[in-house]
This record gives sequence, C-alpha cells and structure tokens, in this order.
Amino acid sequence: MRRLSQSYGAHPAHLVSLLASFVVAGYAAFRLLPQDALGLAVWFVGTAIVHDLVLLPAYAAVDRLVHGPRVDRPEGPPKRLWANYVRVPLALSGLLLLVYFPAILRLSSGFEPTTTLSSDGYLWRWLAITAVLFALGGLAYVIRQRPGRSRGASVPT
Amino acid sequence: MTNRVELPTGRLSRLGRAVADNPPPGPTRPDFWRSPLRGPWLTSVFGSVLLVGITLVFVTGLLSYAAYNPDLSGNNKTSGAGPLGFYLFDWPTSPSWFYRVSQGVHVTVGIVLVPVLLAKLWSVIPKLFTWPPVRSIAQALERVSLLLLVGGAVFTFVTGIANVQYWYVFPGSFYPLHFYAAWTFIAAFVVHVGLKLPTMIRALRSGSMREVFHTDTAHTRPEPPDEHGLVSPAPTAATISRRGALALVGGGSALLFVVTAGQSFGGVLRRTALLSPRFADPDDGPNGFQVNKTAAELGLSDAAQDPGWQLELRGGPDAEPVTLNRDRLLAMPQHTANLPIACVEGWSTSPQQWTGVRLADLTRMAGVDAPVSVYVESLQESGFGTVRLRGNQVLDPDSLLALRVNGADLSLDHGFPARLIVPNNPGVHNTKWVRRLTFEV
Repeated sequence: MRRLSQSYGAHPAHLVSLLASFVVAGYAAFRLLPQDALGLAVWFVGTAIVHDLVLLPAYAAVDRLVHGPRVDRPEGPPKRLWANYVRVPLALSGLLLLVYFPAILRLSSGFEPTTTLSSDGYLWRWLAITAVLFALGGLAYVIRQRPGRSRGASVPT
Repeated sequence: MTNRVELPTGRLSRLGRAVADNPPPGPTRPDFWRSPLRGPWLTSVFGSVLLVGITLVFVTGLLSYAAYNPDLSGNNKTSGAGPLGFYLFDWPTSPSWFYRVSQGVHVTVGIVLVPVLLAKLWSVIPKLFTWPPVRSIAQALERVSLLLLVGGAVFTFVTGIANVQYWYVFPGSFYPLHFYAAWTFIAAFVVHVGLKLPTMIRALRSGSMREVFHTDTAHTRPEPPDEHGLVSPAPTAATISRRGALALVGGGSALLFVVTAGQSFGGVLRRTALLSPRFADPDDGPNGFQVNKTAAELGLSDAAQDPGWQLELRGGPDAEPVTLNRDRLLAMPQHTANLPIACVEGWSTSPQQWTGVRLADLTRMAGVDAPVSVYVESLQESGFGTVRLRGNQVLDPDSLLALRVNGADLSLDHGFPARLIVPNNPGVHNTKWVRRLTFEV
C-alpha cells in the first residue's frame, strides 16, 4: 500500500475518487460523442482555453491600463486616486456584457418569433446601466475628494 | 550492467531537476503573478460561496430533469440518462408553484454565480502554469480532473446562459449537452471539494473577515506565504483592498440579480429585469402574458383556426375513439384553476385564470378509470409536439384541457383551440394546440 502511494504520489483514496469522476465523464462522453464529437471536444476544451488564455489576460490587461503602472512598495498611496472609480463601473458593465451579449448584440434570430417580444432595447438598456454606473463612480469620487476628507479616507474602499 | 542502467537515469533525473528548478520566463515563474490579493483565504471565500451556490443550482437542475418525467417513453431529451436517472421519482402536481420557484432559482442563481466563478478562477490562475507541469501520476490525474472541472463548469454555464437567450450556438441539442456537461462538472466538483475541503477550512480560519472589512487599500498586505503557490512572492502595492475586491464580486452578483430576477416574479417586477429575455409582457389584455413559440413560427396558424378542428380521445383497447369539437367541449362542465406558466428557461408568469374541461372527465369519456399516463399530441409537429404525462398529473382536479384564459378565449399563440394546463408542470409540457389525447392503462 505504502509503495503504491509512493509511486503514485498520493493516498490510494485520491486515485479511487478521481477515477470515479472519470467514469462519470466517460459515460457522458459515450452518450454525447455520437452527436458531434469534434464540435463537442472543441467546445469543452475551447471554453476552458478561451477563459484561461483569452478572457482572463484580456480583462487583466484592460485593468492594468486603468490603474496604471505597478507600484512595487506595499506602502504608500496609489498613483491614480481615480482609478477604482473607473475600474469598478468598467468591471460591472463588462460583466453584464459578458453574461448578456447574445441579447445585447441581438445574436439570436429565434428570439422575436419565439417570444413575440422585441429584441430592440437591450443594447440601449445596457448602455444606460453603464452610464449610470460611471456616473455613480464619478459622484463617489467627487464626494471622496471633497475638502475636509482626510488623505487616508480618500483612498477608495 | 547496473551502472549502464543507472547512469542515464541519474543524468535524466539531474536534467529533470534542472528543468523543474528553472521554469521558462513567463507565467510559469511564480514572480510573474503579482497581485497582493491572491492567497488561500481569498480563494476559500469564493470557494465556499460556490460550494453552496453550485450545490443549489445542481439540485434544482436535477429537479428540473425529474419534472419532465423522462422515464416515460418519448419524454427523454437526453438520449437516455441510464444510471444518471437513478434518483427519478413521480413528479408531483403540488405545490403548484414549486417548479416556478425551483427553476427560477436554478437560472437566477446560476447567472448570479458568474462573477463568483470568474473571481475564483482568477484567484487560482497561477496554478494553471505550475512548474513543472507534472510532478507525479497523482498530480497529473488531478490536473486532468481540473480540466473536467473548469471545462465542465464553463461549458455548463455557457450552454445555460446562451440557451435562455435563444442563442443556439452549441454543438447539438441543449438538453443532452447541458445535462451531461453538468454531470461531468459535478463529478469533478465533488472530488475537488473532497480534496480541498480541509485546505479551505484551514484557510478560512487563517484570516478574519472582520479584519478584512476594516482594512483599506493602503493597509492591505499579502496573505502569508503558502505552500499552494497562490500568494505572490513579489507582490506589488494593493490597488484595491480585499474588502473592495469582495464588494466588487458581490456587487456584480447583486447587479446581475437585479437585471435578471424580475422575469421570474412577473407583474411590475418584470420591468426591473432590464437585460433578461422576458423583460416585457407581449401585450395587455387577458392573453397578454408570456408566450413561448408562436403558431406562426411553427406554421400551424391555419390548422389551429380550422373550424373543422376536433379533439380525439382514445382509451382502452375496446373503446371507440371519441371526437369532440370546441362547442361540445365548452358544453361540458367547466372548471377554473389559477396556475402559472413556468419555463425551463427560468422565466415565469404570475398565476393565470384558466377555464376548461378536467382531464379526469376526459379520461372517463375515453373509457378509462385509472390511467398510467396520457400521450398528448399537438398540431405542432416538431419540438414538444408530443409528450407523456403521468397518471397523477392526469387525475389532479386542477389539470385542465383549457379553452379560455382570464375570461377570454385562448389566443392562437396560447394554444387555441385547446391546450393543457397542469399544476407544477414545466411550460413545454403544458401542450398547446392539442389534437389527440391517448389515455394509457
């Protein structure tokens, strides 16, 4: 038992539980693959890759643009006092777009015939929410920067 | 002989050590990752929210699958669940609001969890680039399991979110894809929780939420160095506090809740669901509530308005089929039931007042006392044009072949000349434009 653990690299229960989950995945693949094996593989691995290697680096890069060059010292005030009042509305607006872009960009041709509802308006409502978020960010910034607020309190959140 | 074998292995292991100790430049180097917020405590906060949230979404998903009575012949949309249907039970008709609530929770909580899932994945991204990529068989298998975990999670969320917006881009039918991806995801999720739960509890105890809530950006410091490789060895100054990051993720969830949930409440609250697919009601008036699939879209406007339309009832093997036109149905005892339409897509209507003939009365007319099921056929030929309901659904006193709604005749898009309405039944199983009912014993 100990020799098995050593050559495997973990407790045998680790192996058993992982294999059990692979059985479920294998069964799912067995049921699904006859449909469209290539499409499925592309989607399954593709969505993980798009998240890890495209979406995450992309939003991190945009965020870097907003908050500016890195400050290596852990102490000291951030360089751009306004940065968080921009990045928070930007992040929230981007999140809404990420979840609802099919509706916002009217990507579904089936929406109107299926629901009898208009697909106009999603873009405008998203833009309006975005405008309100940025306005609230600006308002919060102005309030925080009023004279009389201490320097420490001017650092957001 | 022994030497000749050992020499290359010795070299190889030296080479292996050298490679392991010298990751190539880029994300494989620990000091590439510089956020001072990453660390086991933060990851564990997101992880514990997901533990509760994903469990809720999975359980309501299982319930939704059961609500379709997939064990009845012809109902299964997942090419045969086999052992994954182990838990199935006769879907009840009471409480009548149950599916409305559970499916609203499934879709709304799923959407609300998106920022938490993104934050969790952000917090562990350095682990994707762990160097060396493989240390042992155990670790290699665990990484395969993590691909199933992340791939399964993203795939399940994406198919669900695209489906509720009618954006059918995924490779195949939604039902089997979402169903099997969810099982793949949840199997990896259970293993992941099993392996990481002790770490999560330890990490949560290592920090104090109270302290985090009282620490601003200027005083935010990295978590203590950890053995998991999450804490940056070269952190920059914090640009946002830990409480700020938590508030951003929580605020993202709250915002998604606000622009989504109203479609499951109906009434004036529907107008708060600014980005949800069912933001508006189609119309005023008795038939003005939510429609799923129109007669025009399905090409059956003429057939549904044909004055020669007749409902056919079939029953026991000896009984002759009975045909009834709409006037004869209206002349039968009429019953009224207040029931919502609740869709698998998460939206629902408040209860509507349906009037029509009890399915139980039609059962007797067909010469059947205790049906095991009823096979329902619609004028609709594709999709959910045929469906089977179980005996308990047929015999519920509120189960109707509805002819009128809210005091008016059914509109074409709500199933004129006649449709089913059964308490606690998923919307697509309340068949519209019914043409034949076969009661099975």
